[in-house]
Amino acid sequence: MSEAVAETRPGKAVEKIIDVSIWRGQGDEGRYETFRVPMRESQTVLDIVTHVQRHLDPTLSYRFACRVGVCGSCAMTVNGRPRWTCRTHVSKVVENGKLEIGPLANLPVIKDLAADMTPFFEKWQEAKGTFKPTKSRDDALPEISPQTAERRLIDAAIECINCGVCFSACDTVRWNEDYMGPAALNRAWTLVNDVRDGGNAGRIFAVAQGGGCHACHTHQSCEQHCPVGLNPTASIAGLKRRTMQAYIRGDLE
Amino acid sequence: MNVRLYLLQRATALVMVPLIVGHLAIIFYATRQGLTAADILGRTRGSLGWALYYVAFVLAASVHGAIGVRGIAMEWGGLWGRALDLMMWAFGIVLAGLGLRAVYAVVI
Repeated sequence: MSEAVAETRPGKAVEKIIDVSIWRGQGDEGRYETFRVPMRESQTVLDIVTHVQRHLDPTLSYRFACRVGVCGSCAMTVNGRPRWTCRTHVSKVVENGKLEIGPLANLPVIKDLAADMTPFFEKWQEAKGTFKPTKSRDDALPEISPQTAERRLIDAAIECINCGVCFSACDTVRWNEDYMGPAALNRAWTLVNDVRDGGNAGRIFAVAQGGGCHACHTHQSCEQHCPVGLNPTASIAGLKRRTMQAYIRGDLE
Repeated sequence: MNVRLYLLQRATALVMVPLIVGHLAIIFYATRQGLTAADILGRTRGSLGWALYYVAFVLAASVHGAIGVRGIAMEWGGLWGRALDLMMWAFGIVLAGLGLRAVYAVVI
Protein backbone atom coordinates (compact mmCIF):
# COMPACT_ATOMS: atom_id res chain seq x y z
CA MET A 1 0.00 0.00 0.00
CA SER A 2 1.31 3.44 -0.91
CA GLU A 3 0.80 6.45 1.33
CA ALA A 4 -0.49 9.74 -0.02
CA VAL A 5 2.12 12.43 -0.38
CA ALA A 6 1.85 15.54 1.74
CA GLU A 7 -0.37 18.05 0.00
CA THR A 8 1.45 21.26 -0.76
CA ARG A 9 -0.21 22.15 -4.05
CA PRO A 10 -2.68 25.02 -4.26
CA GLY A 11 -6.28 24.10 -4.92
CA LYS A 12 -9.36 22.94 -3.18
CA ALA A 13 -9.01 21.77 0.38
CA VAL A 14 -8.67 18.09 1.17
CA GLU A 15 -11.95 16.81 2.57
CA LYS A 16 -10.69 13.39 3.61
CA ILE A 17 -8.41 10.56 2.52
CA ILE A 18 -10.03 7.67 0.65
CA ASP A 19 -8.82 4.18 -0.21
CA VAL A 20 -8.57 3.71 -3.96
CA SER A 21 -8.06 0.18 -5.30
CA ILE A 22 -6.70 0.24 -8.83
CA TRP A 23 -6.29 -2.74 -11.16
CA ARG A 24 -2.64 -3.34 -11.99
CA GLY A 25 -1.40 -5.85 -14.50
CA GLN A 26 -1.08 -6.84 -18.12
CA GLY A 27 -3.38 -9.09 -20.12
CA ASP A 28 -5.23 -11.58 -17.95
CA GLU A 29 -2.78 -11.33 -15.07
CA GLY A 30 -3.22 -8.70 -12.40
CA ARG A 31 -4.48 -7.63 -8.99
CA TYR A 32 -5.94 -4.61 -7.24
CA GLU A 33 -3.46 -2.30 -5.53
CA THR A 34 -4.65 0.18 -2.93
CA PHE A 35 -3.58 3.82 -2.70
CA ARG A 36 -4.58 6.45 -0.18
CA VAL A 37 -5.68 9.53 -2.07
CA PRO A 38 -6.90 12.93 -0.81
CA MET A 39 -10.51 13.62 -1.73
CA ARG A 40 -11.40 17.16 -2.75
CA GLU A 41 -14.51 19.09 -3.70
CA SER A 42 -15.67 18.60 -7.33
CA GLN A 43 -12.97 15.96 -7.87
CA THR A 44 -13.52 13.47 -10.70
CA VAL A 45 -12.49 9.82 -10.81
CA LEU A 46 -10.05 10.78 -13.58
CA ASP A 47 -8.51 13.34 -11.18
CA ILE A 48 -7.98 10.50 -8.70
CA VAL A 49 -6.26 8.30 -11.28
CA THR A 50 -4.11 11.23 -12.42
CA HIS A 51 -3.17 11.98 -8.80
CA VAL A 52 -2.04 8.38 -8.31
CA GLN A 53 0.08 8.45 -11.46
CA ARG A 54 1.65 11.85 -10.80
CA HIS A 55 2.26 11.55 -7.08
CA LEU A 56 2.18 7.92 -6.01
CA ASP A 57 3.13 5.57 -8.86
CA PRO A 58 4.28 6.93 -12.24
CA THR A 59 4.12 3.43 -13.80
CA LEU A 60 0.30 3.44 -13.71
CA SER A 61 -1.14 3.26 -17.24
CA TYR A 62 -4.49 4.77 -18.20
CA ARG A 63 -6.01 6.60 -21.14
CA PHE A 64 -7.58 10.04 -21.40
CA ALA A 65 -7.53 13.03 -23.73
CA CYS A 66 -10.10 15.82 -23.51
CA ARG A 67 -11.12 15.62 -19.81
CA VAL A 68 -14.50 17.18 -20.65
CA GLY A 69 -16.66 14.27 -21.82
CA VAL A 70 -16.17 14.64 -25.55
CA CYS A 71 -13.46 12.24 -26.68
CA GLY A 72 -14.66 9.02 -25.03
CA SER A 73 -11.15 7.90 -24.05
CA CYS A 74 -11.28 7.66 -20.26
CA ALA A 75 -14.01 5.09 -19.58
CA MET A 76 -13.20 2.68 -16.75
CA THR A 77 -15.04 0.42 -14.33
CA VAL A 78 -15.72 2.36 -11.14
CA ASN A 79 -17.09 0.44 -8.14
CA GLY A 80 -18.33 -2.25 -10.51
CA ARG A 81 -19.99 0.01 -13.10
CA PRO A 82 -18.59 1.31 -16.38
CA ARG A 83 -18.38 5.11 -16.36
CA TRP A 84 -16.75 8.05 -18.11
CA THR A 85 -14.27 8.97 -15.41
CA CYS A 86 -13.73 12.59 -16.46
CA ARG A 87 -17.37 13.46 -15.79
CA THR A 88 -17.91 11.22 -12.76
CA HIS A 89 -17.61 13.04 -9.46
CA VAL A 90 -15.91 11.03 -6.74
CA SER A 91 -18.47 12.25 -4.20
CA LYS A 92 -21.25 10.59 -6.23
CA VAL A 93 -19.64 7.15 -6.48
CA VAL A 94 -17.43 6.72 -3.40
CA GLU A 95 -18.78 3.99 -1.10
CA ASN A 96 -17.71 3.91 2.57
CA GLY A 97 -14.59 5.91 1.75
CA LYS A 98 -13.58 3.40 -0.93
CA LEU A 99 -13.24 3.45 -4.68
CA GLU A 100 -12.40 0.48 -6.89
CA ILE A 101 -11.19 1.40 -10.37
CA GLY A 102 -10.60 -1.21 -13.07
CA PRO A 103 -10.34 -1.34 -16.85
CA LEU A 104 -13.51 -1.62 -18.97
CA ALA A 105 -15.01 -5.11 -18.89
CA ASN A 106 -15.61 -7.22 -22.03
CA LEU A 107 -12.36 -5.99 -23.59
CA PRO A 108 -8.77 -7.28 -23.35
CA VAL A 109 -6.50 -5.33 -21.00
CA ILE A 110 -3.35 -3.78 -22.41
CA LYS A 111 -2.01 -2.64 -19.06
CA ASP A 112 -3.58 -1.46 -15.80
CA LEU A 113 -6.60 0.71 -16.69
CA ALA A 114 -6.02 0.83 -20.45
CA ALA A 115 -8.36 -1.57 -22.23
CA ASP A 116 -7.67 -2.67 -25.80
CA MET A 117 -10.48 -1.09 -27.86
CA THR A 118 -9.66 -3.13 -31.00
CA PRO A 119 -12.59 -5.60 -30.67
CA PHE A 120 -14.95 -2.69 -30.03
CA PHE A 121 -14.00 -0.93 -33.27
CA GLU A 122 -13.83 -4.17 -35.24
CA LYS A 123 -17.51 -4.58 -34.45
CA TRP A 124 -18.14 -1.14 -35.95
CA GLN A 125 -16.60 -2.43 -39.17
CA GLU A 126 -18.67 -5.63 -39.05
CA ALA A 127 -21.87 -3.59 -38.62
CA LYS A 128 -20.88 -1.50 -41.66
CA GLY A 129 -20.64 1.63 -39.55
CA THR A 130 -18.93 3.67 -42.25
CA PHE A 131 -20.70 6.21 -44.44
CA LYS A 132 -21.07 5.17 -48.08
CA PRO A 133 -21.43 8.33 -50.16
CA THR A 134 -23.80 8.43 -53.12
CA LYS A 135 -22.65 11.76 -54.52
CA SER A 136 -19.36 13.30 -55.50
CA ARG A 137 -17.79 16.57 -54.42
CA ASP A 138 -19.15 18.16 -57.59
CA ASP A 139 -22.77 17.59 -56.55
CA ALA A 140 -24.69 20.12 -54.50
CA LEU A 141 -24.96 19.46 -50.77
CA PRO A 142 -28.25 17.68 -50.03
CA GLU A 143 -30.69 19.64 -47.91
CA ILE A 144 -32.02 17.63 -45.00
CA SER A 145 -34.77 19.20 -42.94
CA PRO A 146 -34.37 18.65 -39.19
CA GLN A 147 -38.10 17.89 -39.15
CA THR A 148 -37.97 14.75 -41.28
CA ALA A 149 -38.66 11.42 -39.57
CA GLU A 150 -35.28 10.01 -40.62
CA ARG A 151 -33.35 13.00 -39.30
CA ARG A 152 -35.20 12.83 -35.97
CA LEU A 153 -34.24 9.15 -35.60
CA ILE A 154 -30.64 10.06 -36.32
CA ASP A 155 -30.74 12.95 -33.83
CA ALA A 156 -31.75 10.54 -31.08
CA ALA A 157 -28.72 8.31 -31.69
CA ILE A 158 -25.93 10.38 -33.24
CA GLU A 159 -24.15 11.81 -30.20
CA CYS A 160 -22.23 8.61 -29.38
CA ILE A 161 -18.67 9.41 -28.21
CA ASN A 162 -17.40 5.83 -28.75
CA CYS A 163 -16.38 5.46 -25.12
CA GLY A 164 -17.17 1.73 -24.93
CA VAL A 165 -19.24 2.05 -21.74
CA CYS A 166 -22.27 0.34 -23.33
CA PHE A 167 -20.06 -2.46 -24.72
CA SER A 168 -18.64 -3.00 -21.26
CA ALA A 169 -22.07 -2.92 -19.57
CA CYS A 170 -23.75 -5.33 -22.02
CA ASP A 171 -24.58 -8.86 -20.80
CA THR A 172 -24.96 -10.11 -24.36
CA VAL A 173 -21.48 -8.88 -25.31
CA ARG A 174 -20.16 -10.85 -22.33
CA TRP A 175 -22.01 -14.03 -23.31
CA ASN A 176 -21.74 -13.93 -27.10
CA GLU A 177 -18.40 -13.02 -28.63
CA ASP A 178 -19.97 -12.64 -32.09
CA TYR A 179 -22.36 -9.95 -30.89
CA MET A 180 -21.63 -6.56 -32.44
CA GLY A 181 -22.70 -4.68 -29.32
CA PRO A 182 -24.82 -1.60 -28.67
CA ALA A 183 -22.50 1.12 -30.02
CA ALA A 184 -21.83 -0.51 -33.39
CA LEU A 185 -25.52 -1.26 -33.93
CA ASN A 186 -26.49 2.23 -32.79
CA ARG A 187 -24.06 3.61 -35.37
CA ALA A 188 -25.50 1.33 -38.06
CA TRP A 189 -28.98 2.64 -37.18
CA THR A 190 -27.92 6.27 -37.74
CA LEU A 191 -26.61 5.33 -41.20
CA VAL A 192 -29.70 3.26 -42.04
CA ASN A 193 -31.67 6.50 -41.59
CA ASP A 194 -29.20 8.69 -43.46
CA VAL A 195 -30.78 9.57 -46.81
CA ARG A 196 -27.34 10.47 -48.22
CA ASP A 197 -25.94 7.00 -47.54
CA GLY A 198 -25.89 4.25 -50.17
CA GLY A 199 -24.68 1.29 -48.13
CA ASN A 200 -27.91 0.04 -46.63
CA ALA A 201 -28.23 -3.22 -48.55
CA GLY A 202 -24.93 -4.51 -47.16
CA ARG A 203 -25.55 -2.96 -43.76
CA ILE A 204 -29.02 -4.46 -43.27
CA PHE A 205 -27.63 -7.83 -44.37
CA ALA A 206 -24.69 -7.54 -41.94
CA VAL A 207 -26.80 -6.69 -38.88
CA ALA A 208 -29.31 -9.48 -39.70
CA GLN A 209 -26.63 -12.17 -39.22
CA GLY A 210 -25.88 -14.21 -36.10
CA GLY A 211 -23.99 -11.54 -34.14
CA GLY A 212 -26.27 -8.73 -35.24
CA CYS A 213 -29.26 -6.92 -33.78
CA HIS A 214 -31.34 -10.04 -33.07
CA ALA A 215 -28.85 -11.23 -30.47
CA CYS A 216 -29.87 -8.29 -28.24
CA HIS A 217 -31.90 -9.38 -25.19
CA THR A 218 -33.25 -5.88 -24.52
CA HIS A 219 -31.73 -5.80 -21.03
CA GLN A 220 -31.16 -2.07 -21.58
CA SER A 221 -27.87 -1.93 -19.66
CA CYS A 222 -26.54 0.21 -22.53
CA GLU A 223 -29.31 2.73 -22.05
CA GLN A 224 -28.81 2.62 -18.28
CA HIS A 225 -25.06 3.30 -18.47
CA CYS A 226 -24.64 5.49 -21.57
CA PRO A 227 -22.95 8.64 -20.28
CA VAL A 228 -24.50 10.86 -22.94
CA GLY A 229 -28.01 9.54 -22.39
CA LEU A 230 -28.50 7.63 -25.62
CA ASN A 231 -30.72 4.57 -25.91
CA PRO A 232 -28.93 2.04 -28.13
CA THR A 233 -31.61 -0.55 -27.30
CA ALA A 234 -34.13 1.62 -29.15
CA SER A 235 -31.77 1.83 -32.14
CA ILE A 236 -31.36 -1.96 -32.08
CA ALA A 237 -35.16 -2.35 -31.97
CA GLY A 238 -35.30 -0.15 -35.07
CA LEU A 239 -32.78 -2.41 -36.79
CA LYS A 240 -34.83 -5.47 -35.82
CA ARG A 241 -37.89 -3.96 -37.50
CA ARG A 242 -35.96 -2.92 -40.60
CA THR A 243 -34.25 -6.32 -41.01
CA MET A 244 -37.53 -8.18 -40.54
CA GLN A 245 -39.19 -6.05 -43.21
CA ALA A 246 -36.27 -6.68 -45.56
CA TYR A 247 -36.38 -10.43 -44.84
CA ILE A 248 -40.13 -10.65 -45.46
CA ARG A 249 -39.75 -8.70 -48.72
CA GLY A 250 -36.98 -11.12 -49.74
CA ASP A 251 -34.31 -8.41 -49.88
CA LEU A 252 -31.86 -10.27 -47.66
CA GLU A 253 -31.20 -13.42 -49.66
CA MET B 1 -29.65 -15.53 -33.58
CA ASN B 2 -30.19 -14.33 -37.11
CA VAL B 3 -33.28 -12.67 -38.55
CA ARG B 4 -34.80 -15.98 -39.71
CA LEU B 5 -34.62 -17.61 -36.28
CA TYR B 6 -35.79 -14.37 -34.66
CA LEU B 7 -38.84 -14.18 -36.90
CA LEU B 8 -39.64 -17.90 -36.48
CA GLN B 9 -39.48 -17.58 -32.71
CA ARG B 10 -41.79 -14.53 -32.70
CA ALA B 11 -44.20 -16.12 -35.19
CA THR B 12 -44.47 -19.32 -33.15
CA ALA B 13 -45.02 -17.22 -30.00
CA LEU B 14 -47.88 -15.49 -31.81
CA VAL B 15 -49.40 -18.86 -32.70
CA MET B 16 -49.00 -20.13 -29.14
CA VAL B 17 -50.62 -17.20 -27.30
CA PRO B 18 -54.25 -18.10 -28.12
CA LEU B 19 -53.45 -21.84 -27.89
CA ILE B 20 -52.01 -21.41 -24.37
CA VAL B 21 -55.06 -19.44 -23.25
CA GLY B 22 -57.31 -22.16 -24.64
CA HIS B 23 -55.16 -24.90 -23.12
CA LEU B 24 -55.34 -23.30 -19.66
CA ALA B 25 -59.09 -22.77 -20.00
CA ILE B 26 -59.47 -26.47 -20.88
CA ILE B 27 -57.41 -27.49 -17.84
CA PHE B 28 -59.55 -25.35 -15.52
CA TYR B 29 -62.74 -26.62 -17.11
CA ALA B 30 -61.67 -30.26 -16.90
CA THR B 31 -60.67 -30.06 -13.23
CA ARG B 32 -63.62 -27.91 -12.12
CA GLN B 33 -66.13 -30.12 -13.88
CA GLY B 34 -64.44 -33.19 -12.45
CA LEU B 35 -63.96 -34.83 -15.83
CA THR B 36 -62.39 -38.28 -15.67
CA ALA B 37 -59.72 -39.52 -18.05
CA ALA B 38 -62.42 -41.52 -19.80
CA ASP B 39 -64.58 -38.37 -20.20
CA ILE B 40 -61.65 -36.50 -21.72
CA LEU B 41 -60.66 -39.32 -24.05
CA GLY B 42 -64.29 -39.62 -25.09
CA ARG B 43 -64.14 -36.06 -26.35
CA THR B 44 -60.69 -36.11 -27.93
CA ARG B 45 -60.71 -39.55 -29.62
CA GLY B 46 -61.46 -39.20 -33.29
CA SER B 47 -61.75 -35.43 -33.06
CA LEU B 48 -60.05 -33.66 -35.97
CA GLY B 49 -60.44 -30.30 -34.20
CA TRP B 50 -58.54 -31.36 -31.08
CA ALA B 51 -55.93 -33.10 -33.22
CA LEU B 52 -55.27 -29.94 -35.25
CA TYR B 53 -55.31 -27.78 -32.10
CA TYR B 54 -52.66 -29.80 -30.30
CA VAL B 55 -50.54 -30.64 -33.35
CA ALA B 56 -50.26 -26.90 -34.03
CA PHE B 57 -49.43 -26.30 -30.36
CA VAL B 58 -46.77 -29.03 -30.27
CA LEU B 59 -45.09 -27.89 -33.49
CA ALA B 60 -45.09 -24.21 -32.48
CA ALA B 61 -43.71 -25.06 -29.02
CA SER B 62 -41.01 -27.30 -30.51
CA VAL B 63 -39.76 -24.61 -32.89
CA HIS B 64 -40.03 -21.85 -30.28
CA GLY B 65 -38.34 -23.89 -27.56
CA ALA B 66 -35.55 -25.21 -29.76
CA ILE B 67 -34.57 -21.70 -30.84
CA GLY B 68 -34.68 -20.52 -27.22
CA VAL B 69 -32.54 -23.40 -25.98
CA ARG B 70 -30.11 -22.71 -28.84
CA GLY B 71 -29.60 -19.21 -27.44
CA ILE B 72 -29.03 -20.49 -23.91
CA ALA B 73 -26.62 -23.21 -25.13
CA MET B 74 -24.60 -20.61 -27.04
CA GLU B 75 -24.51 -17.85 -24.44
CA TRP B 76 -24.23 -19.93 -21.28
CA GLY B 77 -23.07 -23.32 -22.55
CA GLY B 78 -20.35 -22.22 -24.95
CA LEU B 79 -21.71 -24.25 -27.88
CA TRP B 80 -21.23 -22.75 -31.34
CA GLY B 81 -21.19 -23.44 -35.04
CA ARG B 82 -22.40 -26.79 -36.36
CA ALA B 83 -22.72 -28.39 -32.92
CA LEU B 84 -25.04 -25.58 -31.84
CA ASP B 85 -27.35 -26.00 -34.83
CA LEU B 86 -27.32 -29.81 -34.51
CA MET B 87 -28.31 -29.46 -30.86
CA MET B 88 -31.15 -27.11 -31.82
CA TRP B 89 -32.50 -29.50 -34.44
CA ALA B 90 -32.14 -32.52 -32.13
CA PHE B 91 -33.91 -30.72 -29.27
CA GLY B 92 -36.72 -29.56 -31.55
CA ILE B 93 -37.21 -32.99 -33.12
CA VAL B 94 -37.25 -34.78 -29.75
CA LEU B 95 -39.71 -32.21 -28.37
CA ALA B 96 -41.95 -32.53 -31.42
CA GLY B 97 -41.73 -36.34 -31.29
CA LEU B 98 -42.74 -36.49 -27.63
CA GLY B 99 -45.54 -34.00 -28.15
CA LEU B 100 -46.94 -35.65 -31.27
CA ARG B 101 -46.83 -39.03 -29.52
CA ALA B 102 -48.95 -37.58 -26.71
CA VAL B 103 -51.39 -36.08 -29.23
CA TYR B 104 -51.59 -39.43 -31.01
CA ALA B 105 -52.37 -41.13 -27.71
CA VAL B 106 -55.41 -38.95 -26.99
CA VAL B 107 -56.93 -38.48 -30.45
CA ILE B 108 -56.47 -41.86 -32.16
